[in-house]
Amino acid sequence: MSIFVAVQNADFCLADEYDRLRQDAHFGAVVTFSGLVRELSDHTLYSMTLEHYPGMTEQALTDIAALAKQRWQLGSVRIIHRVGTLKPNEQIVFVGIASAHRAAAFNACEFIMDYLKNRAPFWKKEHTSNGDYWVAAKDSDHQALARWE
Amino acid sequence: MIKVLFFAALREQLGCEQYLLSCDASLSIDAVLQQLKARTPLWQQALSRGDLLCALNQQLVPLSASVQDGDELAFFPPVTGG
Repeated sequence: MSIFVAVQNADFCLADEYDRLRQDAHFGAVVTFSGLVRELSDHTLYSMTLEHYPGMTEQALTDIAALAKQRWQLGSVRIIHRVGTLKPNEQIVFVGIASAHRAAAFNACEFIMDYLKNRAPFWKKEHTSNGDYWVAAKDSDHQALARWE
Repeated sequence: MIKVLFFAALREQLGCEQYLLSCDASLSIDAVLQQLKARTPLWQQALSRGDLLCALNQQLVPLSASVQDGDELAFFPPVTGG
């Protein structure tokens, strides 16, 4: 039972993270999610800057991982979120879960992403061919939380 | 003193990332917000957004929560990570 959380500018390596999740033979399932910088449909996205609230961010991610561990039997939980300026197609976020069976890992991975989207203090600013914009929060992200309540 | 932090679009609108406020007694966050809004019309407008979020000592709390001397308070727009 371990929780690892990192907020960093540096990129992460999916293969390395996967290897860290499969250290313990008690856990027969590993589920990972990676979020990437997506291009825009209407304008060219040059880059995106991610701002965060240092200190609160790490605590919020740890609290979210702990909430997931209360709901499901999990082995390892690893969350990495990048900050700073990122270009289209770069990796932004990683959530990896190891558990005995797949259902807990699938559920916990979705739960953590839904909570992260609504509770972790990160903000995205897009730098586009049409100017710089702060990304607006989506109603669909708020609604996604409701299914866990 | 209470340390008040602002993030993202709100920080840019106010042109301020940190503001120190004296605090003699326990106050509601809403009362702190009223004091901040009274500073200038720009602060009044920027801090009046209905979706404003607030963290007290780095935990999300409702505006009805109370602050005390030494607390760290933060206001920010809805989060957009992930």
